[in-house]
Amino acid sequence: MAAVTKPLTVLYFAWLRERVGVSEETLTPPPEVRTVAELAVWLAGLDERHAAAFKDRKTVRCAVNQEFADPSTVLSPGDEVAFFPPVTGG
Amino acid sequence: MAKILVQTGDFDVGAEIAVLTAGRTDIGGLGCFVGIVREDKAHDAPDRPIQALTLEHYPAMTARAIGRIVEEAERRWSLLGCTVIHRVGRMLPGENIVLVATAAPHRQAALDSTAFLIDWLKTKAPFWKREELPDGAGAWVEARAEDDAAAARW
Repeated sequence: MAAVTKPLTVLYFAWLRERVGVSEETLTPPPEVRTVAELAVWLAGLDERHAAAFKDRKTVRCAVNQEFADPSTVLSPGDEVAFFPPVTGG
Repeated sequence: MAKILVQTGDFDVGAEIAVLTAGRTDIGGLGCFVGIVREDKAHDAPDRPIQALTLEHYPAMTARAIGRIVEEAERRWSLLGCTVIHRVGRMLPGENIVLVATAAPHRQAALDSTAFLIDWLKTKAPFWKREELPDGAGAWVEARAEDDAAAARW
């Protein structure tokens, strides 16, 4: 499996956005970060704001390239990864 | 065939239904659901009614996600027309949030597909509601297990 070597675009919505403090960032995780779950763990270790956003991992959902994804979804270079709480539209 | 809109402005329910039925004689029934901002008690401040609701969404994904839900409705029922309009941004109590309208040859398909669409919209489209409280504070609305159960019955 190819490692994530090109930057990822990471988006945050709702309270994840508020906690991280930005709605979007471009990041290059280390090669061992291959899945959404591994990315979340890596992001949580970046600083206090990311740690707060990912503190309650069970309430964090994600999408990869605008499609809902699972924690086990494998990332590719240049993917757009979004993290958000469970949706509440309608 | 389906009309899908994500917009900040209000919509006219009568006009949307008129568009669905214009010039047609094959439609036997229309299903229609309109979601409205309720002047509810804030979920974490029961003594204070909410002042407004703000809908955030994931612009690059929203219309596509709604499109998938509509495609699923079209697979399950023989629809002759379908309109989904979801508002985003800040809305006051009493304002419309969402419109789902379907047209079908018979009532059961129209009614069932309307219920299906709003149940899935609540749980499978990237929208997030934030309640605005009287003091200017805000609180994100939490997802409800009842909504997941409603979506799962289909």
